[in-house]
Amino acid sequence: MRQEVFMAGMGGQGVLLAGQLLAQAALEAGLELSWFPLYSPEVRGGRATCTLVIADGEVGSPVVGQPGSVILMDGIAVDNHLHRVRPGGLAVINSSLTGGEVSRNDIDIVVIPATNAAMELGSERATNMVLLGAYVRASGVVEAQAVEEALYRVLPERHYDYIPTNVAALQRGAQLAEGQLV
Amino acid sequence: MNTLAIIETSKPVYTRPDSLTDIQMRYCPGCTHGIAHRLVAEVLDELGIKERTVAIATVGCSVYAYEYFDTDAVQASHGRGPAVATGIKRCQPDTIVFTYQGDGDLAAIGLAEVLHAAARAENFTVVFINNAVFGMTQGQMAPTTLMGQKTTTTPLGRSVEQGGYPLNICELLAQIPGVAYLARETMTSPKRVRQAKRSLKKAFQVQMAGLGFSLVELISSCPTWWHMKPLEALQWIEDVMVQQYPLKVFVDKLEAGE
Amino acid sequence: MPERQLITGNEAAAEGAIAGGCRYFFGYPITPQNKIPEYMSEHLPRIGGVYVQAESEVAAINMLYGAAATGAWAMTTSSSPGISLMQEGLSYMIGAELPCVLVDMVRGGPGLGNIAPAQSDYWLATRGAGHGDGRCLTFAPASVQELYDLTGEAFPIAQKYRNPVMILADAVLASMREPCTLRERLDPPQEKPPWAVGGARKGRQRNIINSLWTAPPVMEEVNLRVAQRYEQARQNELRWTEHGADDPEILVCAYGISARICQTAIEHAAEAGVACRLIRPISLFPFPVQVIADWAQRVNKVLVVELSLGQFIEDVRLAVEGACPVEFLGHTGGVLVTPEEVAARIIEIA
Repeated sequence: MRQEVFMAGMGGQGVLLAGQLLAQAALEAGLELSWFPLYSPEVRGGRATCTLVIADGEVGSPVVGQPGSVILMDGIAVDNHLHRVRPGGLAVINSSLTGGEVSRNDIDIVVIPATNAAMELGSERATNMVLLGAYVRASGVVEAQAVEEALYRVLPERHYDYIPTNVAALQRGAQLAEGQLV
Repeated sequence: MNTLAIIETSKPVYTRPDSLTDIQMRYCPGCTHGIAHRLVAEVLDELGIKERTVAIATVGCSVYAYEYFDTDAVQASHGRGPAVATGIKRCQPDTIVFTYQGDGDLAAIGLAEVLHAAARAENFTVVFINNAVFGMTQGQMAPTTLMGQKTTTTPLGRSVEQGGYPLNICELLAQIPGVAYLARETMTSPKRVRQAKRSLKKAFQVQMAGLGFSLVELISSCPTWWHMKPLEALQWIEDVMVQQYPLKVFVDKLEAGE
Repeated sequence: MPERQLITGNEAAAEGAIAGGCRYFFGYPITPQNKIPEYMSEHLPRIGGVYVQAESEVAAINMLYGAAATGAWAMTTSSSPGISLMQEGLSYMIGAELPCVLVDMVRGGPGLGNIAPAQSDYWLATRGAGHGDGRCLTFAPASVQELYDLTGEAFPIAQKYRNPVMILADAVLASMREPCTLRERLDPPQEKPPWAVGGARKGRQRNIINSLWTAPPVMEEVNLRVAQRYEQARQNELRWTEHGADDPEILVCAYGISARICQTAIEHAAEAGVACRLIRPISLFPFPVQVIADWAQRVNKVLVVELSLGQFIEDVRLAVEGACPVEFLGHTGGVLVTPEEVAARIIEIA
């Protein structure tokens, strides 16, 4: 098993946190993994991406040209990265922040209004969790429960107050994905 | 009584300090480096710290200082003595560390290192030899060269247009709180020599007490590149150099009881 | 029971150094390695060590020179422009036969460049070390675990050969997170080496740390002694890994992060019917010449992949010695190669 997921969004959307949570869940599951972030040098307001490769053996390249799956958090991410997904792959897209039509029919696409869903849960900042919940449900790469538990390992203790909202967002994302899976 | 017997039975009144080796120094006739070395060595002897001292030789006429001081020694790259001293002192706080730096080494290429060592209140001693000229490289302008002073790179005399103004290192350092002892002395007369030694001793005592950064600037003569006879050079210090570089104890935290 | 933890390469380098016995750190901030000095400033004082933030990389390497002169196990870390500034100090350390450890998290250059991953400091690391005849012993990890392990192992190696050891990594390795198994932290040896300055002399001869030898025959003697140690390192410290087919058409040579990328690329190539073997030198100086020379006799072509315009390839060419053509694939300025790109190139030249 070797699964790659590339995540992209604007700085502050929690792209890196979503990647770290999934990485931590994979670690707890005893898998090998490599998580590699890339961001523009602005401290605020730049672009953020990360690549996560999860494998049951050696990970090999942490750098991926054509990822098997992507989580795209806004329109720019869709414009820049949707075309890179390997045929037969998976894209999870935030329709709240994407204007255009999604134009590929050779991959599985899960389109969910993640930002709207997060706002309904009381925190726009949980957008990343809605998308991650949808991705975990759609890909099955780790157990949903493992991601929820990973929140306690990845977040600093002073942010534990946000965990219930994050868990709700992960679960909401999974629900939204459910409706779209064939 | 033959001569040998006289020597053997006499009480010596002037000998080489323990902290100097018997290697013959390579300094020019009339240069005050020799006096400065001797004063530092006497202080190390008197404070009984020779065995735990590390001398840091830098780049300039005193590059061979590691041969002259009979202590552990490190030769440092040009200007970086205070950084090297920081490394030694932070790893071995019980060691007594001093750098021996000329005006090119300290005031030109190494200005950042000495200022920041002072700012960090590093607990070592700097012996700063200011003779207003690059000696080893044959008499070029130093940051401390006086206005109008002729050197091999200011043949018409130092001008503001060409070389800017002299740097007064003690005055610069005096405003830094990490400095625990700071004095400017010279060695133009027996009285001045004794005063210079008192300041050097204070500087090492400040280090031994762990009070912070200490520096003694010694206004020194360079008869060779000033193109003067040794006595003329000493007179020039008294008449001209100390006008630009007044002799003074700027900071003394030992005396202040801190 | 040692625990696998998800940590970044920067954290691995820092903790690996501490675990290997490093207790003194002198550095100056520069992206993408700032997490190392941050980690050291937090952890070293807690275990009786010392962290000093220098006023420049020039000061940092000279603080390291002073620390090394006392026999302390000390290090600095930086990224490309900072390592450039440290070259003079490295030259002095080699001349004075002082050990130390450096980590270079290479970024895009030349000049201020950028903070993206690159491997364009290969020459700087393996040929650099400033003026004169000296070189840094250089090791290139390719994973967070290996970065942790090698940084720790670098300390006794530096002491053994009385020479700076460079850990050559890059911005990917610095920032990536991978599982890493941490060891117990070792203490550096209590006893100081006989050449160290400081402490009470207690009747021993005085020690002088110096790189000034005005008599040419004496300077030559020092240089030959240093070269002799490099020869010993060639005997004892060669490291590399091999992956892939036992009967390959193509030999792929890459180090560090490029080798990780190539590892996946040769799997893609194998699926397309081209058998490859990947050799990943870990020790870059000394360089594992023989293994590359041996495989070069058995393949049609060699492909070198690196994140520069061609620096590492010179060592590979010297090892291949014309036994077969040596092809090149590289990007520069912070642009990464992808496994897909490498695989396509392998298929193209096969």
